[in-house]
Amino acid sequence: MILPPAAWHAIEAFIVLNALLLLVAYVTLLERKFAARMQSRIGPYYVGRPHGWLQPIADALKLMMKEDIVPTASDRWVYNLAPIVFLVPCLLIFATIPFAPELGVADLNIGVLFFLAVSSLEIVGLFMGGWGSNNKYALLSAMRAVNQIISYDLPFIFAALVPVLLAGSMQMSAIVAAQQGLWFVAYPVVGQLAFLAFLVATLAAENRVPFDILEAESELVAGFRVEYSGMKFALIQLGEYAHMLGTSFLGALLFLGGWLGPGPAALGPVWFLVKAILIFLVVTWVRWSFVRIRVDQILAISWKLLLPATLVLLLATGLVVAVRGPGGG
Amino acid sequence: MPETQTKQVVEVGYGGNERLMMNMGPQHPSSHGVFRMILTLEGETVVAVDAVIGYLHRCHEKLGETLTYVQYPSIASKTDYVAAMTSELAYVSAVEKIGKFEVPRRAQYLRVVAAELQRIASHCLWLGTWCLDMGGALGGGATVFLYCIREREMVLDRFEELTGARLLYGFHQIGGTRYDAPPGWDKKVRETVDFIEARIDEYEAMLDDNTFFRVRTQGVGVISRELAQEVGVSGPLIRGSGVSYDVRRAEPYSSYQDFDFVVPVETAGDCYARYRVRMVEFRQSIRIVRQALDGLPEGPISSRPGVKSVGQVRVPKGEGYTRVEGARGEVGCYIVSDGGPKPYRMKWRGASFSNLAVLPHIVPGHKVADVVAIMGSVDPVFGEVDR
Repeated sequence: MILPPAAWHAIEAFIVLNALLLLVAYVTLLERKFAARMQSRIGPYYVGRPHGWLQPIADALKLMMKEDIVPTASDRWVYNLAPIVFLVPCLLIFATIPFAPELGVADLNIGVLFFLAVSSLEIVGLFMGGWGSNNKYALLSAMRAVNQIISYDLPFIFAALVPVLLAGSMQMSAIVAAQQGLWFVAYPVVGQLAFLAFLVATLAAENRVPFDILEAESELVAGFRVEYSGMKFALIQLGEYAHMLGTSFLGALLFLGGWLGPGPAALGPVWFLVKAILIFLVVTWVRWSFVRIRVDQILAISWKLLLPATLVLLLATGLVVAVRGPGGG
Repeated sequence: MPETQTKQVVEVGYGGNERLMMNMGPQHPSSHGVFRMILTLEGETVVAVDAVIGYLHRCHEKLGETLTYVQYPSIASKTDYVAAMTSELAYVSAVEKIGKFEVPRRAQYLRVVAAELQRIASHCLWLGTWCLDMGGALGGGATVFLYCIREREMVLDRFEELTGARLLYGFHQIGGTRYDAPPGWDKKVRETVDFIEARIDEYEAMLDDNTFFRVRTQGVGVISRELAQEVGVSGPLIRGSGVSYDVRRAEPYSSYQDFDFVVPVETAGDCYARYRVRMVEFRQSIRIVRQALDGLPEGPISSRPGVKSVGQVRVPKGEGYTRVEGARGEVGCYIVSDGGPKPYRMKWRGASFSNLAVLPHIVPGHKVADVVAIMGSVDPVFGEVDR
């Protein structure tokens, strides 16, 4: 049977989406286990012995069965739409990520641009949730979210543009191909600095401690999602972890050479996954080690330090490329 | 907060200075029990705070009048349930003062060991919950919290061996202590404090030079020396503001004059200064515990016979006030006796209550995030605030 190309893409997207959701679920288990080890405890254990391998499934089932509460004073349309508006861009970013050469939904020639543009859209859903809940904690959190994400998207984009400059292309597969000789994280000076800036901006863009002021459960209880329950809460949680995973994949692609690694080419996706998980674990490690900093301090770090630094870095990279020509090595 | 003021400002309209009233508590992740703060916010900045207490009021002072001198010490531990030993000690010392009951030296030393171990346990909980406030339950704060609870647990195990209880002890009785140290207990206590001392080094390594921790605590919630003295704060708060005041040193009780220890003083008056004071207190408490165990005299543990009936202790007519240095500051107990088996009137001076009074003076001008950091550095226990 011959299917039109659009149908193939739909099937491909369906498989990627489901594999992704499963991966996201198990990334939460990984984080919980990792955090538990850091805190000298064991973490999930009893649901699916040994070591709670069924815990993510149990969590999802529990959230599905929870009562869905809509506050009477909320702005119903905005409130109900917000989780979806939040989730869709978080899943959409995976569209342009190739997991190996020729293995992905769409290897756009503006892949990086698409990723950055779509991932900034999550702020809309976030703000809708905070506004529509009609809750003061949620509103404060939404205000913080807009502040923070706008401040950190710029350094994030600048840091992500350094490998783009080095590779001379915005296509994900081309960027990986350019790292054949030398991963961009090993590129003298600019590569390391850009990777560092990328990690810091990632923490902020993903709202992880020490930059998790929008959730800030000790001040704002749960931030913008304080009124959400049941499946809507699950969608928000899912979106957050999907975004985090997507950014880790992006980091692995841009800096750690994507699927490049020793062994046969068939091992490519495995290498890619390992690298992405490594970035995810670094972010998790930071998260469980530091206390949260204040909103004004977060903005000061972004505008006074990170933004000028990444801007200078981008210019410096431009100079390097002009002198040495694009490509690693 | 007067209502008129709020309404007036909201009418001003745009300009970034509209005010928002936000209710923090009584059920809130960082309200340390049941404490309600009505915050008036301009954006993220707090312009006024209205503290509402009384959600945990249990008529403790009235209870003190209806329960006999034998019964009440185990209830006294419920005022400050995080550091139960010191509130018991305050009560029995007041009764002993009025009745001029003698306390054997062994009992005095045991009381010191118990009080100092209690201080260690209480400070462990303080550090953990404070970091939880600043770092959140899903962040580095939870990590510190779990480490601290692990150490507190060891102290509670020692208390369990001593009294059979882990939170509310009933260890003290009029004229001495109710329980003697079981055989081998002092060795276990020594091991525990050695272990905790090493762990305190770890906390300091984790927090002292941690940039994120410092920017959250330094210069935040500054209590000036004058304000501290005017409001009447005590304990680590007043020592963090440059006043060297410690009841153990100013008015030694329970043979504290026998022990060699330092009263830490910091002059900055901010959250970080209070953190430093408490970290030094950890070590000083460990020092005192070691000295007390070294010099633990033999002999009886009580000058009075064991408890057989609730009306057993009668106290002559008179009144007395004693104060002890609790983990949170000066814990005072005032008793008026009419000669019967119960006090005619009793009054608690809770350290947390007086310390909490400083909040409206220092919170305005800070950000919302600082409110919880300041609250945590004050370390209130609401059983003691509301009584």
